[in-house]
Amino acid sequence: MPALKTRFNYLFNSTKGLILVAIAMIGIVTAIWGMLSGPMAEMGVREVVIKLFGMDIVQAEREGRIIILYHSIAMAIVAIETYMVTGLLKMKAFFKTAINAIITVGYILTMIFGMGFAYFGHNWAFHGVYIFGLSLIFFAGVLLCIALYPWNKEYYVTDNEYAHTKSGFDLERAAFFATAVTTVLSALFGAVPGSFFGNGFEAFLAENVIRLPEKTTMEYSVIGHLHIMLALIGIMITLIIGRWLNFKGILHKVAMPLMILGTIVLNLGVWGVVTPLEPIAHMVIYVGATPSMFAALLLLIWDWNKLIKDGTAHIQKPNLGHKLSALVRDPLKFGPTWQMLFMNFTTSGIGIFMAIKLDEVFRVWPAREERIELTGHWHVLSAIIATIILLYFGDMNGFKGKLRQWYGWSIIILSDIAFGAVTVFEMKRLFVTEAEQQPLVNGLMYAIDFGLGMLLVILAILLVYRLTDLFKNKGRWTEELDHELAQEVNQ
Amino acid sequence: MKRIFLTLCLCAALLASCSPVDLNAPMPTFDTGVDSNAWVQIPAGEFHFGQHEDIESTEAYEIMITDVTTAQYADFLNMALVDGYVKVDGDKIVGFYPGDEFRGVKHEEKIEAGDWLFIPLNDPSQRIKFDGKIFTVQAGYENHPMTNVTWFGAWGYCEYNDSRLPTEIEWEKAGRGEDERPFPWGEEILRENANYYSSRDPFEDMSSFGSRTSPVGFYNGQMYDGYQTVDSASPYGLYDMAGNVWQWTGDVYEGMHYRFMRGGSKDTYDMDLRLWVRNNATPTYFSPGVGFRCAR
Repeated sequence: MPALKTRFNYLFNSTKGLILVAIAMIGIVTAIWGMLSGPMAEMGVREVVIKLFGMDIVQAEREGRIIILYHSIAMAIVAIETYMVTGLLKMKAFFKTAINAIITVGYILTMIFGMGFAYFGHNWAFHGVYIFGLSLIFFAGVLLCIALYPWNKEYYVTDNEYAHTKSGFDLERAAFFATAVTTVLSALFGAVPGSFFGNGFEAFLAENVIRLPEKTTMEYSVIGHLHIMLALIGIMITLIIGRWLNFKGILHKVAMPLMILGTIVLNLGVWGVVTPLEPIAHMVIYVGATPSMFAALLLLIWDWNKLIKDGTAHIQKPNLGHKLSALVRDPLKFGPTWQMLFMNFTTSGIGIFMAIKLDEVFRVWPAREERIELTGHWHVLSAIIATIILLYFGDMNGFKGKLRQWYGWSIIILSDIAFGAVTVFEMKRLFVTEAEQQPLVNGLMYAIDFGLGMLLVILAILLVYRLTDLFKNKGRWTEELDHELAQEVNQ
Repeated sequence: MKRIFLTLCLCAALLASCSPVDLNAPMPTFDTGVDSNAWVQIPAGEFHFGQHEDIESTEAYEIMITDVTTAQYADFLNMALVDGYVKVDGDKIVGFYPGDEFRGVKHEEKIEAGDWLFIPLNDPSQRIKFDGKIFTVQAGYENHPMTNVTWFGAWGYCEYNDSRLPTEIEWEKAGRGEDERPFPWGEEILRENANYYSSRDPFEDMSSFGSRTSPVGFYNGQMYDGYQTVDSASPYGLYDMAGNVWQWTGDVYEGMHYRFMRGGSKDTYDMDLRLWVRNNATPTYFSPGVGFRCAR
């Protein structure tokens, strides 16, 4: 019994244990539910999975099911980011415990009962518990905002390496705070229309109404909600990676005010879509996104510069080869910012290109093509965030030597093959006709499935290793039990 | 050695992705026994419209039980060319459309009165051929739905034949009947119900040209060379209301130049075959996966 208790204590009371559980939950959901769509459906795997798990899938209810699936995965990601924030930033022990406990119960209830409701018959009690889980996550978010309150003098900084005001007001903490507060507020933009449409059981997917010129306020709210939540998850992971890598110096001082400004303006723009300011909302969004992305670029420059400097410290006059070698020496430290850069080719760049050529090119194509571009675009963005989390998680696992290299590079290369292929798939109509596309589609599908499939295999191996580790009395989990993320911040 | 092997594999995969597609690959021909000239009467009254089952109603109308076939469209072009209803303009067949009211809504484009594209002749997947005098149909495609036809081309065909494109409401009622079914035949979809992406019908080869159209009325419960179909007519007896080709509908909405399509196609997943699913494109759009039928 004590053995069980200590393991339970590790899994649900330590930051790394909590992250491990959430990653395992997402991994299981992704592996099973990933077999219901795409090429798995064509191959007949979907039917087997449905029968095997006794799923009750009604065609008419696809939209509702998918909304619950997205929320189930997204809530676990939000929980992981929350654990990272509570593990990296100073806060009162009460808040840390309360936030982690509430969000854990919240996302697990959301996932289990939400998926139970959506895929295994409509037990409305399950739906109630799903909503209760989401409410708990919201409440944990409110607590996180209180815990991060940056005007608390306890958290003022004096170290001149970090962005702060003359009085010591910590601008990095303020950036975390701004992201947390706007996330909580933006959740309401989903909750209100969710209640409205849910009341009449009228589920719809944003990508299916995007082209209609007349949208209701509630439809705008849903569209705004999904965009801003994903953007905020992206901003939060950028801040987290910055903290983990110990982002500091002049670039930190420039980046943090930009991050705060960008986050607030971006949110104002998105919230503006449900107001009479809708016609200019997109302009406000672009204005907000620019400083946020520029701040991320500063993090990238700082990180790469540091990797090069650290890696060539022993060489008197390093040449380009030395520098490149130093840059890519540690895939777990190089990977997160590389993925942020790669995102510009697969997500931001594509989004900007689409916006510029919207009427000229993309809206000449049928709406279903535009849906492929939209869904591909944000699936890639979500998956890039997931890979950044996995890279950080690899470091948390203490991988060293060849294992660190194999794990890190596998995640980077496999995911980038898949994301690159998705991007070509989205844009395929630019260079191949509908009638002649099949060989290209097949090649891209192989690349996507190979990349993502192998990524899931790596994750499965990691999870099996962590599971077997739990059976050892002196396993790695014992080291992680009391070890906090803040202790592992780069020095 | 390992690196060379991996590189070779990658190159082979890339080359396979770029291989040319034989758009005229041999195709099985079947007589479905369904009359593409037949119409069916849809009674006036209410029905469940859209995903959320709003109650809508229609007057009585008639609608074709199948999509317009390539043979029917070729016949139309031959008559319409003689009548001066359509013109040959280089590699295009064009016809007059009286235009739409322009309201200047965001993203709206002007559709002015004038000659608009009906069908392209130079598209490699166009099944209608023109020798300078006569329109003919590529052998084997006679009873397949007319594709590579713009909304104007569909509108023109129906108008020439004293009919019109069905409105979205009419289209959905004809496919759904009076209950809340998501598919014309009922609640669930099997591969033998309709021609959709990777439905393993006798016309597709996903390793090369992908999915192709099937003859109109193919999914009528008959067995074709060992391939057993399920009778998938709608409650009013219409065929191909799900899959095979998207179907243009006739609504011209205020402040929008897009035209809407219904029914899903050979190139879409089963979810797009649900009766309420909408697709839209500019009226000049044409595709090997888009056709139409008329109402009156």
